[in-house]
Amino acid sequence: MWKGTLTHVPVGIRNIWEHFAHGADIGVRGIGATKEAAFEQSALALTGVVTDPTMVRPNVAISIACESPTDDLLLVDWLNALVYEMATRRMLFSAFTVSITGTQLRATAWGEPVDRTRHEPAVEVKGATYTALRVTHEPDGRWLAQCVVDV
Amino acid sequence: MELSLLTRKSEVEWWIEPHGGMRVPGILYATESLVKDMDEKVHEQVTNVAKLPGIERASYAMPDAHWGYGFPIGGVAAFDAERGGVVSAGGVGFDISCGVRLLGTGLRVDDIEPIKKRVAEELSRSVPAGVGSVGRLHLDSVEMDAMLAGGARWAVESGYGSAPDLERIEEHGCMAGAKPQEVSDHAKNRQRDEMGTLGSGNHYLEVQQVVKVFDTAVADVFQLREGDVVISIHCGSRGLGHQIGTDFLKRMTLAASTYGIDLPDRELASAPIDSPLGQAYLGAMRAAINCALANRQIITHLVRRAFAGIAPRAELKLLYDVSHNTCKVETHDVSGRTKRLFVHRKGATRALGPGHPDLPPAFAAIGQPVLIGGTMGTASYVLVGTKEGLTRSFGSSCHGAGRSMSRHAAVKKWRGREVIDELAARGILVRSPSPRGVAEEAPGAYKDVTAVVDAADEAGLSRKVARLEPLVCVKG
Repeated sequence: MWKGTLTHVPVGIRNIWEHFAHGADIGVRGIGATKEAAFEQSALALTGVVTDPTMVRPNVAISIACESPTDDLLLVDWLNALVYEMATRRMLFSAFTVSITGTQLRATAWGEPVDRTRHEPAVEVKGATYTALRVTHEPDGRWLAQCVVDV
Repeated sequence: MELSLLTRKSEVEWWIEPHGGMRVPGILYATESLVKDMDEKVHEQVTNVAKLPGIERASYAMPDAHWGYGFPIGGVAAFDAERGGVVSAGGVGFDISCGVRLLGTGLRVDDIEPIKKRVAEELSRSVPAGVGSVGRLHLDSVEMDAMLAGGARWAVESGYGSAPDLERIEEHGCMAGAKPQEVSDHAKNRQRDEMGTLGSGNHYLEVQQVVKVFDTAVADVFQLREGDVVISIHCGSRGLGHQIGTDFLKRMTLAASTYGIDLPDRELASAPIDSPLGQAYLGAMRAAINCALANRQIITHLVRRAFAGIAPRAELKLLYDVSHNTCKVETHDVSGRTKRLFVHRKGATRALGPGHPDLPPAFAAIGQPVLIGGTMGTASYVLVGTKEGLTRSFGSSCHGAGRSMSRHAAVKKWRGREVIDELAARGILVRSPSPRGVAEEAPGAYKDVTAVVDAADEAGLSRKVARLEPLVCVKG
C-alpha cells in the first residue's frame, strides 16, 4: 500500500521487504519502484522484526514528519520515528504512505495497539543504526532502502 | 577472523600492529579458537577505534567481542581530554548502562524446588516484560528529572529497596554529573511508563543455583556456596537510553566535520570531550546510567515483594550491580603518568582489582564482583577483578557469551514452544509472553560462555569464582 509522489513508475518492479542477517541484531530492507515505496517497505520490514505484519490491523492512522540532509540519514530518521511511535503509543503498524520532497519526509502509518496474544511480539526495536545503511537507485530501476536495527 | 592479520603475543593476547592512521595498537584478549570465530568486522572496528583522537594505550577487544556499531561489542577504549580526546555515542551504544545485578536469597536448591513453579508464575506476573508491557510507575516531569539525577538513590528514597543496596552498586547507585536537561523530550516520553520493566531480547530475570565454586576464599566473601539460590537481573536504561543513543548518534555524526574529526565509520560518532556537544552527551549519558540503575533497583523491589509472598524466609541481599555500556571518568597510569581518562566500555564489564579506591569496603581486599550473563539453558559466571586487569584493559573484562547465530537463523532452526519444553525437561522453567522471542534467544544461538570466561581468566582480566545455572527464567 503506497502513494508515491513520482509520476513515472518503472514497470515490473515489485514492492517487497526482507530481513538480512547481522550478528547480534537484524537488518531491514525495503525494495520498491520508487524511493517512497522502498521507505514504505522498510517500515514493513521493521514491523516484521517484532511480529508478522499481516497480523496487524491498520485501524488507527498517525502522521509522521522528519527531515535529514541525505537520503540515508532520512531513512534512519523515518525508522526511528516509527520506533518512537511504537514505543510511546504501544502500537504496531502495517500500512504506510510516504512522500519525500527534498530533505523532508511526510508519512501516514496505520496500525493498532499491541495485542500480546494475537501479535506474539518477539522483541522491541531499540533504534535504527548506520550499519549497512544504504538508500540507492539500482541499475535495474529498483530503489533499495536498508539498515541494521538494534534489538 | 584471519589469524594472519594479528601478531600473537601469548596464548590469549593478539595485537593489530598500528597501521594506516592507527594511533595505538589493537589488542584482542581471546583464545585462538575464539579469535578464529570472531567476525572480520571486529578487526575492522578495533582498528577504526584506534584511529580516534586522544586514544590512550590501545583499542581493546574482550574475549566475547563481536560485530557492533562503530565499536565492537566487547570493545574498550580510553581517551584523554587534554590530548584532544573524544567521547563517542557509538562507543557506548544504544542500551546505555545495560547491566547485571546478582542477589543472594539465603535459600538452598532444596528450598526452591518444591515452589519453583509458583516462583516462575509469580515473578512473571510481578515484573513487566516484553513488547507493549507497562510499568506500574508513571513519572511526571519533576519525578523524571529527579530519577535521572538520582539513579538508584532516588529509587531507594522513593521506597524501592534500602540504603545498604546502594553500597553494592557502581557509583554507589548514583552517577555524578548527570544533566537531565540534556535529555530530549522524546527520550523522557519513551521512559515515562517504562520504569521497573525488563524489556525484551537478551534481557532476563533468572533464579539460578550455584553449581560450582572455583575460588572458595573469594566466594566466601561474596557469600556464594554450592547449592545456594541466587537471582540475576539483566536489563538497562530502556527506551530512554535507546533514544539518547539515537539522538546523539545523529548530532555527533553531523557535527564531526566541524570538530575536524575524520570518522572512519559514521557509527563512531564522536565529539571532543571538552566541546559543548561532548559535554551535553556526557550529561545525558550519565542520566541514562542513573535510569538503568533506578530501573534495576525497582525490579529488585518487585522481586523481593514477590518472594515475600512465596518464601517469607528468603532474604534478598544485593551482591553487586555492574553496567556494560558506559563511558566513565577514571584515573589510570599511562607510561608512568597518572591520567584522568574517559573509559568507554561497550559490552564490557568494569573489573576493578583488590585495593582499588572505588570498591565498597566489603570487596576492598579481594576485588569487584564481575557478573557474566549466559543463556537460559547454559550458565552464568561470577568472576572477580584483578590488579593486572588495570594495566591490561583499564580494568575491564568480558560481559557475556555473544551470539553465534542471527535471530533470523535461530527462528528458522527452533520453535519457542519446543525450546521451553526442552528446558522444562531439564528442570529450567521459562516464562515469556513471546514464543518467537524465546526461539530467537535459544541457548544454541549463543557462543560457549564457558570458553569466553576461561579466556578472560587466562588473560588475567578477571578470575573465575563461581558458576551459576538457571532454575527459572523470565524473558520479555
